[in-house]
Amino acid sequence: MSGVASRPTEHPAALALAHRHRLRVWEATPWLIALAVYFAFPTYLAFATEVLITILFAISLDLALGYAGIVTLGHAVFFGVGAYTVGILAKQGLWSEPITGLILAGGAAALIGLASGRVLLRTSGLTLLMLTLCTMALFEEAANMAAELTGGFDGPVNTRLVTCYVISAAIAGIAGGLWAQANAYVNLSTLSLDRAATVLIILVLGGHGRLYGAFVGALAYMTLSHFLSQLYPTAWQLGLGLLLVIIALFARNGICGLGETLLRRINRKAAAS
Amino acid sequence: MALGGMAAGMILFIVSVGLSVTMGLMGFVNLAHGAFAMVGGYVIVHAMKSWGLPFVPALATGCLIIAAASIVLERLLYTRLYRAPELDQVLFTIGLVFITIAAVTVLVGPENQPLTLPSWLQGQVDLGFTTYRTYSIALIVVGSALALGLWLGFERTRLGAQIRATVDNRRMAEAVGINIDRLFTLTFAVGSGIAALGGGLGAEFLGLDPQYPLKYLVYFLIVVAVGGLGRIAGVFCAALLIGVLDFVLKKYLPQGGTLFIYALTILLLLWRPQGLFGKAS
Repeated sequence: MSGVASRPTEHPAALALAHRHRLRVWEATPWLIALAVYFAFPTYLAFATEVLITILFAISLDLALGYAGIVTLGHAVFFGVGAYTVGILAKQGLWSEPITGLILAGGAAALIGLASGRVLLRTSGLTLLMLTLCTMALFEEAANMAAELTGGFDGPVNTRLVTCYVISAAIAGIAGGLWAQANAYVNLSTLSLDRAATVLIILVLGGHGRLYGAFVGALAYMTLSHFLSQLYPTAWQLGLGLLLVIIALFARNGICGLGETLLRRINRKAAAS
Repeated sequence: MALGGMAAGMILFIVSVGLSVTMGLMGFVNLAHGAFAMVGGYVIVHAMKSWGLPFVPALATGCLIIAAASIVLERLLYTRLYRAPELDQVLFTIGLVFITIAAVTVLVGPENQPLTLPSWLQGQVDLGFTTYRTYSIALIVVGSALALGLWLGFERTRLGAQIRATVDNRRMAEAVGINIDRLFTLTFAVGSGIAALGGGLGAEFLGLDPQYPLKYLVYFLIVVAVGGLGRIAGVFCAALLIGVLDFVLKKYLPQGGTLFIYALTILLLLWRPQGLFGKAS
């Protein structure tokens, strides 16, 4: 093994991995579609903005959940921190430039991610799930009381896990900041269990741990939700519940996962014939 | 006033004890546990209103029906996910919660279902130094009796020993010849039945509306996590603590009460991730 490559990055396995993740021509499609929507559906711009924000939020969750394996029901805390950062800065007349405002939003969320991640990520399983839930609930209550909180502990923890968590938090924070700018207000819903659960459903529906799961999931879920959930709210909840049960039992990799299985079957048939 | 908190804590205990045992035994994250309690409550109310059953028989009916239904659900669906990743269990049980909420909303309606207590539970009881609601006293008695009964069952019966063995070391328990499948089903049924009891008994404190399983999910999880998985004494103490704290804080700190509980839970779990009484892994 040692004589195969002079540097780790030249090892055949590393080259194969890089090859798998290279950019392909058709990957421009989602971006072209997004641009096209701007021109083709001018009356749906608010909805389209919401979809893009959700995609960003779902991507951030995928980084933590799909790639780092951190099962969290509290990811909305970063979304809310980002949203409230933009909101408070604008309201106090301190800062209203949008692009740098987003950087500040991402930064604030990243700080929360660092502080909480260094402490929470020492645990796993139910304890971690509980802690993420409680952290988000705590921030929601704090926002409710408009109080200030500080925190910080020290201890041994997996740095790569924390790094993933912090980047994920920053992206979620930017998504939240965008939400505040697009809606021109902020409220407690940015910190709610409902938002955290919805983004989790979206990510799982699209397929977690995959590059485009967030895109597919957000598009599918929000389009359906936009048209159905207001007309038939109870039926919508029932359908969502059934969908979750089916996904958990039969399609845990979501739409992208099903697509991959289909592609593999087609390729196998082509190879066999 | 502390007694009021204790009564609320008893309800938390009765509903959450089943969750603690099944999570500790089966290692299954059952976020739908509150739904069993809620549907149990609805069945009990229905039994009293539409079938004309008196209070205690209605409670028993509710427990039995929910226990039976939980056996069906467990054998058909839950077993498929025992070895599944945690995420799948979370998704599945949240899905069940949504289905239950929607079904209850359609079948019964979105309003709170009032439960009229029988006359012998209404009114006050003179304790000598103070008078107190008969209902709250009854809750404390029932909760304590249940805790004692469960604890004795765990410590003194063969079944209890089998459960404790499986919680501590499943592979060893299987090797010794314990039928894990039957144990799981039995424990799940008993846990859900007791939750149904809590749903009905606690209808005055926690209400009975379709949002019940989600409204109180965090509370049940806090009680279970703080008490330690599979520890009767732990769940009992944690439930009482949360119940009394919540009651007291609502009075003296109406603004920051829940925040205090969340902060306390975080601190506690960071200091002892296995809960107050749990086994450190």
